[in-house]
Amino acid sequence: MSESNKKPTVATVWLDGCSGCHMSLLDLDERLITLAGLVDVLHSPVVDDKNFPARVDLTLVEGAVSSEEDYRKARMIRSRSACVLSLGDCAVTGNVPAMRNCFDREALFERAYVENASHPPEPQQRRMGLPVFGVPPLRPKAVPLHQVIKVDVYVPGCPPPADAIWFALCEILAGRTPSITEVTRFGL
Amino acid sequence: MITQVASSVESLTLRINGKDVSCRAGDTILQAVRDNDMELPTLCWLEGLTVWGGCRLCMVEIAGSPKLHAACATACQEGMEVQTDSDRLHRYRRMIVELLLAERNHICSVCVSNGHCELQSLAQKLGIDHVRFAYRNPQLEVDNSHDRMRLDHNRCILCTRCVRVCAEVEGARTKDVKGRGVLAAIIHDLDQPWGESETCTSCGKCVNVCPTGALTHRGVAVGEMTKKLAFLPYLTLMREANP
Repeated sequence: MSESNKKPTVATVWLDGCSGCHMSLLDLDERLITLAGLVDVLHSPVVDDKNFPARVDLTLVEGAVSSEEDYRKARMIRSRSACVLSLGDCAVTGNVPAMRNCFDREALFERAYVENASHPPEPQQRRMGLPVFGVPPLRPKAVPLHQVIKVDVYVPGCPPPADAIWFALCEILAGRTPSITEVTRFGL
Repeated sequence: MITQVASSVESLTLRINGKDVSCRAGDTILQAVRDNDMELPTLCWLEGLTVWGGCRLCMVEIAGSPKLHAACATACQEGMEVQTDSDRLHRYRRMIVELLLAERNHICSVCVSNGHCELQSLAQKLGIDHVRFAYRNPQLEVDNSHDRMRLDHNRCILCTRCVRVCAEVEGARTKDVKGRGVLAAIIHDLDQPWGESETCTSCGKCVNVCPTGALTHRGVAVGEMTKKLAFLPYLTLMREANP
């Protein structure tokens, strides 16, 4: 137990993305066993504990900052993480979630919840068609993570290949900044 | 005959990145750089088209000049000392590509040219792993009116290769540029839908010279659009051989 406490701690977070980057992380396959020996994964969509730890050495963030919830999480992650890694194109560029940015939110809601609804609500019920309870408000624009908090390492790709994630993790654990464009790029 | 030609062409000697190289009088710095197997990035320049000098990626340092010079538009001079790479040049090139990515909606992951795009591969080559500038996210049109080709303004970097190939090689002069600054856009004839153009011959040369996914064939899915550039050096060679 005391030995495992010396291992660097890692968290992974899923903001406005499709979870493809986390799928790519799982595509590390047998290297996951090696990784389990190198780090302690404290928090992740694939870990039971849903509370973000008070202090973590490295946090991998998938997805753009799109809602107030994403924004709050991003700020919290930064305050508790020694190193933040932008994982994948949504976190790095905004990518597909940012395609809504050229429309205002009202037009977007109209399109998603009224025009494209299989049973369009009556005009007087239109406001009821919009989800307002239990969902975080959408921010005006979906932005890359580094427009909200300081990011230390960027791993572009949609999703970044498992090999690129592995390369980045190994470099960071060795105390180096990965030359990431040697192994991945936007859209890969 | 060959000796005669060789002796009639004046040659120059200059230094590029500390290496002595020779070139023909009238050659641009870009030609001299590439003839000597050195690298210099370009996006608007294309062999077989006139020089535009718009993308500013081929800027080089010339000893004795405080300004940077576009290698594609600067003729070599005897004794010139040229530097094609330095921290300053690399910084500017990165900035140019980042600004291009921020200006319009270049969503590589859902682009038909993903994996075959000169802008995307140049960004990777320059080590760009994120864009430091805020994305503009402009609302731009996709001209879907032509029955075989498509113009997506979201992916256009205004290199004007399409405008030049249409005027200089096809001779149709269908394409042009309207507006200024960030409002500039490629147009057809008098800014009408491409499909209604009376001058377009539907030759498809513009599609093949486009460095990004702005001009594409219709019916291609993400990553399927590959460009064929070989026709241009071939046509240039044939025209020079049979003036």
